[in-house]
Amino acid sequence: MSKPCSWNRIPDVTPKAAYHLMHRLDPIPEELPRPLTVYGNGRSYSDVGLTKEGSLLLTRDMNRLIEFDGYQGIIRCDAGITLAQLLEFIVPKGWFLPVTPGTRFATVGGCLANDVHGKNHHALGSFGHHVRAFELCRSDGSHRVCRPDDQEPWFAATIGGLGLTGLIRWVELQLISIENPWMWVASHRFDDLEAFWAMNASLESDWPYTVAWIDCLAKGQAQGRGIYLAGRHAGPQSDLPRYRSRNWEMPFDPPLSLVNSLSLKAFNQLYYKQKVCPSGKLVHHAPYFYPLDAIGQWNRIYGKKGFYQYQCVIPPHNAQAATSELLSTIAKRKQGSFLAVLKTFGEKPSLGLLSFPRPGTTLALDFPNKGQATLDLLADLDAIVLDAGGALYPAKDARMPAAMFRASFSDWEAFTPFIDPAFSSHFWQRVSL
Amino acid sequence: MNTLNRVLILGATSAIAEQTARLLVAQGAHVYCVGRNPEKLQLMMDDLKVRAGSGQSIDGQAADLNEMDRHESLIEAAQTALGNLDAVLIAHGTLPDQKACEKEAEQALKEIQINALSVISLLTLLANQFEARQQGGVLAVISSVAGDRGRQSNYVYGAAKGMVSLFMQGLRNRLSRSKISVVTIKPGFVDTPMTDGFEKSGPLWAKPEVIAKGIVLAMQKGKDEVYLPGFWWGIMLIIRHIPERLFKRLSL
Repeated sequence: MSKPCSWNRIPDVTPKAAYHLMHRLDPIPEELPRPLTVYGNGRSYSDVGLTKEGSLLLTRDMNRLIEFDGYQGIIRCDAGITLAQLLEFIVPKGWFLPVTPGTRFATVGGCLANDVHGKNHHALGSFGHHVRAFELCRSDGSHRVCRPDDQEPWFAATIGGLGLTGLIRWVELQLISIENPWMWVASHRFDDLEAFWAMNASLESDWPYTVAWIDCLAKGQAQGRGIYLAGRHAGPQSDLPRYRSRNWEMPFDPPLSLVNSLSLKAFNQLYYKQKVCPSGKLVHHAPYFYPLDAIGQWNRIYGKKGFYQYQCVIPPHNAQAATSELLSTIAKRKQGSFLAVLKTFGEKPSLGLLSFPRPGTTLALDFPNKGQATLDLLADLDAIVLDAGGALYPAKDARMPAAMFRASFSDWEAFTPFIDPAFSSHFWQRVSL
Repeated sequence: MNTLNRVLILGATSAIAEQTARLLVAQGAHVYCVGRNPEKLQLMMDDLKVRAGSGQSIDGQAADLNEMDRHESLIEAAQTALGNLDAVLIAHGTLPDQKACEKEAEQALKEIQINALSVISLLTLLANQFEARQQGGVLAVISSVAGDRGRQSNYVYGAAKGMVSLFMQGLRNRLSRSKISVVTIKPGFVDTPMTDGFEKSGPLWAKPEVIAKGIVLAMQKGKDEVYLPGFWWGIMLIIRHIPERLFKRLSL
């Protein structure tokens, strides 16, 4: 593999060593410089899977299936398998992931350790809610199978535990059944944030998958305009369209970020003006859930300097005011993001001590790395989020200060005793100062 | 089109072979897997069993293919387990430490042994059986682009793979009347644990999944020689045609 890095290419750190775990029984070598950090497929926008002082445990070769119950939709697999590899096997058999993030190239172990969410959080919660069991391997050689109803809180510590409680060797998941690989997707245009809240309130109860894309450069009256997508797995169809996947590859690093104020403005405009289909139409699940996966190495469009993701969640009572304040601040600085993603989380409490999803509204954005100017903007956004009692998503963070982390994750002290003494990460060293 | 219903895979736990096995099993094939590491082989076969339908046979055994006196019994065991053999994929091999091979002949010979001689032993046995039974079939071997021309950076590996490619050419010539496909697979740079230590971010690097697709297709179509991915055909055409007087001065 090439040098392990995070998807947003920040920070640029090199581990002392990197060790391929060839299969799930492969023991962790004693001689590897500690601390250890688990690295899956490098899809987080964060240093949760990076280290400078220690070694990486690479899990991508741990990608085998272990058991599949085709009647109940229960699958047990190695933690290093990607969602893409899993989907390839389960979709033809009429099953789907209960929760999926926006890329199918994340590993199952990574989804568990970051307790990822998808467009259906309001209906089905986060990834951890569908984990029936997993095996946790500690650096002292012990290993334990953890289940949600265990007496001991290893399950809660490891779900969303950022890979710090030890190595997850395998995961058992409850899948959901589908009739076919297609989605029924309705799209609506909305003119401002107010219209978004109204639309969201009326559509959420009927549609298991909802998300909105916001033109984050629009100011004044148009602030918060965007496209709302509501989807569900398609029912039985007498006739299905043919699906041809089109994949591109970003073949090189452009010398400068291709994401600049000009291209952003054009893109956001075009996206907002696209044809909408309020009554709904069939869309294949791949372009619906994973639009960016069709462009291999799309992270390269930001150039070698990379970019920052910024995803926060704001509690319900402050959501409207804080969201609009965040959008104004961004539009003012003209550092807008390709697309801003807006979605409300449901009430279902997350199972992990450090899980990110919680009731409220989540806004996700990405910003080309312009050095201090970008960091200053993000610090200003932090202030708004903190003030509103919100939190930042560790899997998408490469810079939050330790104080911000502690304010966002009140259980961090309860979590600390479960950290494997031989494990850490660049992220953890940064936020646990 | 060759049928690939019953396939023996030697060196089955290598990254490329494992991906190929998954594809074959997804197409309904029965497979017999031979790999050196028993633990890894078992986990790999467990995975294939999950992927296989109820009537599909997934079997195998651990063996070091350097022990050539075991070859005959291995082939026999596969035949017994599968009933018959449609195809064999020979995929085992190591990537030698070139510098160590330069220091000691013993090291170089060891690498030639595993990467070339053991393959020739297997091919000789299999070719005779396939020829005698007169049912056609596929004999596929993973060679390498490295076998197309000797280069200072890995000529021991290159020499072994070159020997395999040349042996396959002759074998193909001999078996063409018997309708046996003798398929030489020449992958370029593949991102596997074998090639760890290389910087693998360039456009020349391919994933084992991609190579596996090409292998299954080449075996089905009964291709003679395939470069995988296909653009290596062009690269190697140029490399093979650089005059030696110039080539010897290049640092390749």
